Amino acid sequence: MSNNSSELNSLDGTSEYVTVHINEQLFGLPIEQVEDVFMPDAITEVPLSNPEVAGVLNLRGRIVTAIDMRKRLGLPPYDKDKVPMAVGIEYQQESYGLIIDRVGEVLRLGNRTFEKNPANLDVRWGSISAGVHRLDGQILVLLDVERILDINGEKSNAA
Amino acid sequence: MDDLLSEFLTETTESLDLVDVELVKFEQEPTNSGILDNIFRLVHTIKGTCGFLGLPRLEALAHSAETLMGKYREGAAPTSEGVSLILETIDRLKEILEQLEQEGAEPDGSDSDLIEQLDAMSQHVMDVMNGVEEDAPASEQPAAPVAEQEVERDIKPGEVSLDELEAAFLAAPGPDDDFSPEPSAVVTEEKPEDEVKAPEEAAKTPAPVMAAKMPEKKDEAKAKEGGAVKAQTIRVNVETLEQLMTMVSELVLTRNQLLEMVRRLDDSEFKVPLQRLSNVTAELQEGVMKTRMQPIGNAWQKLPRIIRDLSKDLDKKIDLQMIGAETELDRQVLEQIKDPLTHMVRNSADHGLETTEGRLAAGKSEVGKVTLSAYHEGGHIIIKIADDGQGLPTDKIKSKVIANGIATEAELEEMTENQIHKLIFHAGLSTAEKVTNVSGRGVGMDVVRTNIELIGGTVDLNSVAGEGTTFMIKIPLTLAIVSALIVESSGQRFAIPQLAVLELVKSNAKAEHRIEMINDSPVLRLRNKLLPVISMSKLLGNDKVINLSTIPKDDEADEEAEAAAVDQNVFVVVVQVGGQTFGIVVDAVFHTEEIVVKPMSSMLREITMFSGNTILGDGSVILIVDPNGIAQAVARDHAGQENNHVHAHESIEAISPEEKTALLVFRAGSSELKAVPLSLVTRLEEIKVEDIECSNNRDLVQYRGKLMPLIYIDDNLTHVEEGLQPILVFADENHSMGLVVDEIVDIVEDRLTIEISSEKTGIVGSAIIRGKATEVIDVGYYLPKAFDDWLEKRESFTNVNRELQLLLVDDSAFFRNLLSPLLSSAGYRVTMVESAKDALRLKDAGSQFDVIVSDIEMPEMDGITFAEHLKNDEKWGNTPIIALSSHTNQDVIERGRAAGFRDYVAKFDREGLIESIRECKVTTEKEAAA
Repeated sequence: MSNNSSELNSLDGTSEYVTVHINEQLFGLPIEQVEDVFMPDAITEVPLSNPEVAGVLNLRGRIVTAIDMRKRLGLPPYDKDKVPMAVGIEYQQESYGLIIDRVGEVLRLGNRTFEKNPANLDVRWGSISAGVHRLDGQILVLLDVERILDINGEKSNAA
Repeated sequence: MDDLLSEFLTETTESLDLVDVELVKFEQEPTNSGILDNIFRLVHTIKGTCGFLGLPRLEALAHSAETLMGKYREGAAPTSEGVSLILETIDRLKEILEQLEQEGAEPDGSDSDLIEQLDAMSQHVMDVMNGVEEDAPASEQPAAPVAEQEVERDIKPGEVSLDELEAAFLAAPGPDDDFSPEPSAVVTEEKPEDEVKAPEEAAKTPAPVMAAKMPEKKDEAKAKEGGAVKAQTIRVNVETLEQLMTMVSELVLTRNQLLEMVRRLDDSEFKVPLQRLSNVTAELQEGVMKTRMQPIGNAWQKLPRIIRDLSKDLDKKIDLQMIGAETELDRQVLEQIKDPLTHMVRNSADHGLETTEGRLAAGKSEVGKVTLSAYHEGGHIIIKIADDGQGLPTDKIKSKVIANGIATEAELEEMTENQIHKLIFHAGLSTAEKVTNVSGRGVGMDVVRTNIELIGGTVDLNSVAGEGTTFMIKIPLTLAIVSALIVESSGQRFAIPQLAVLELVKSNAKAEHRIEMINDSPVLRLRNKLLPVISMSKLLGNDKVINLSTIPKDDEADEEAEAAAVDQNVFVVVVQVGGQTFGIVVDAVFHTEEIVVKPMSSMLREITMFSGNTILGDGSVILIVDPNGIAQAVARDHAGQENNHVHAHESIEAISPEEKTALLVFRAGSSELKAVPLSLVTRLEEIKVEDIECSNNRDLVQYRGKLMPLIYIDDNLTHVEEGLQPILVFADENHSMGLVVDEIVDIVEDRLTIEISSEKTGIVGSAIIRGKATEVIDVGYYLPKAFDDWLEKRESFTNVNRELQLLLVDDSAFFRNLLSPLLSSAGYRVTMVESAKDALRLKDAGSQFDVIVSDIEMPEMDGITFAEHLKNDEKWGNTPIIALSSHTNQDVIERGRAAGFRDYVAKFDREGLIESIRECKVTTEKEAAA
């Protein structure tokens, strides 16, 4: 799966990422894949669904499937007192919302700081990460939207 | 002009435009059979429609063109002359159509010129084909002369440039083309000389008409607004409607918010205008919804006429019955289903029904019956086309299938009759021996299937020789608007499509309509009939382990709960799906609401319990329950009575979340609930008390030809005095034991965490299972009670060898406690540690083991990492290690293998584990020997 946009972008030098924080870890999403940022409200749980699916919600008349990124990454659940945020993503004509702790900024990153996933990266993380960027003082993990949304593991063999 | 004709005109014009485009595409890609198939179907449809509208000129032309294309479809190499000729035919068809539109009747005139050419071309192509079969190189030779005679003299086959073809194509004036008369005149001036000589010779009229007059005529037509046909209906892109719908929903939401705000202000000047806005919004909403819905009868309007004409053509007496014409379905779906339906009805009348003589000979009534019916069923629309004819000719299909290379004889041998019948949906298979005007060119059923599948539907058939054939089309309702009942279960609201709902019954423990239990199956007494019921919350996986007659709230003590339950009302929504009627138990019922079904996200689509989701008036998203999915779950719940639901079962299994364990919950000796992992239980039995025998102070029963000891949870207990005694049978290859229980309560899937471990013998500990404190029993404690030698035998066997040292790594105390007696009873000396770190510490301390069994999911260091650590270790590197996990997906298994696990065993697969350990030992010994 080398054709994901983040890697493609990094070939021509730099590309922009929306940074998000999940459990104090910095992640980056390719900016062209981010539709909007919103506060997930009134999520309807979907019984029998994969636990990583937080549920469905109404975002301006569209039904959005919300993904619990903490569960997706195998992290402890959200702090009940804190208000989570969501990043809206459009993928194959469907709307998804990735629930995260908070949104950071927009960063322009070049392939100078890019590295492949370290070999000892948690398998769970590795399966949805497209690589990492060495930043000053911290490391940014690039998220691969396509693989995040492949919750049922249909394409996991290709990964 | 009657509606039928005007509709035909609109449709055919569209089809022809499409044919133009496709033909050009086809010429560029002559090997793309998909395009050819498409063209072929379009022309076929035109031909068919013309036939019953009584348009002989159009029909004859289309028929000849179709014949020629049929040859290409059979594999003849298409030549540019051929394509030109077809294009020309299309032009002629359009010309006739234009006149038809203006005058309301087919113009006089002859098309024998084109038809002759087409037929000659078909003949020639066939000759070439035969030639190819006999002698491949010869194929070029005969092609030239014929082509020269027929179409052109100057240019050899294949030499026509693309530009010329383009020009020829452009010259064809379609009603929607808007180029000016001049260029087309120029093009067509060249055309007769360069490309299409024949029309000049044989039929001077059509070509010039086409060239010069047509554009004028078109202008005339426009000027006179002769296109009244087009003015009556406007085709709107469904996307536009969809967008409109979304916006109306938004409007409704905003209105609701405003209403809510104004309601709080007592005397507001906004009230009146808001009321008005509210009404307009409601009307708008209704209007937009209406634009999308149409009764299916609209698609059936043509059918009586078709059948009437068919009946004359084929000299059969046919009675067409139409049931459920008022069934509404989404406009888009309706459009898509129209053609397939027409095809199928025509097929039923033509091929399905026997001739009048045939019917009389078979002892049937003279009049053949074709029944068309439509109804809603659980989020789907079912359309059935049934005939009482001869049924599908299995043998004929077989020989045709073999002849066309669709399947081999051997493959057919393996198939059931129904499977063979279904092959008629395969492209290019037609069983009609005679190519009639009506149907039977090998299009038809595959078109039907393709069209239906396009809208996410399915088509099935059932045929009984001599009795008739029934086709069943099932189309999902995903685009439709349905009226839904809003209910609540476990604090969450759901929508149940009103169409499936028969009635609502209020029930509580005191009421007349009381839910009673038959063993584990809740039933409702309703008008002297028993209705199976199923709890919604149980279906959705958050049920409490309690029979439905009490329905207590979670954590309350038993009595309290029961007392509360007496007053607790539940509602039973009685639904019907197909022939099945059952009740869904919900906590509350609200109101009915018109909802727009939106399809589930593809990520959630495999949950068969829901057919979609929707946004309610208050802005919240709710899930729409699919009564079909529930019906399947009900069937599944009733312990595999119906094997045909296995599929649904699997799909549910596949999505069952996380590590849940199937547990058998029962009562024995006391009122507390007890549980045992279901996988440990071999069988559940009920034995007759009379059959229990006493020998040597032990209760025994003859079971499967052997004596099986009965064991009680507590030694002071005994079996019931009369009737049936439920027992849990635990067995391995040599022994079996019956554990006497008072009552089997339920089988639940839940996460199993032992909260409190037990001092009491025979109990591993207590766990919360579905919100209830439950004792988990230690089977390992009871096994030796049945047979003192249950363990000894193994030991004596293993003693000979040497007791094998086994290391068990698992973070869960429960599993350690559960597995250790099992493993020791199998003859291993078990060392248990609770983390991989501890295991490594043992390694460093110099311990040695024969086999390591390790859990995968563990905190700190998981099993995979653990295995990787050991892989190249000098001390334990050769010790086989077996993975134990509740995850059995292939991916994890692969990873496990890569990390160095010898084998992968599902938790609770007792036999599997022991077998695996044994195998490991054998291989290791072999390796050691080698």
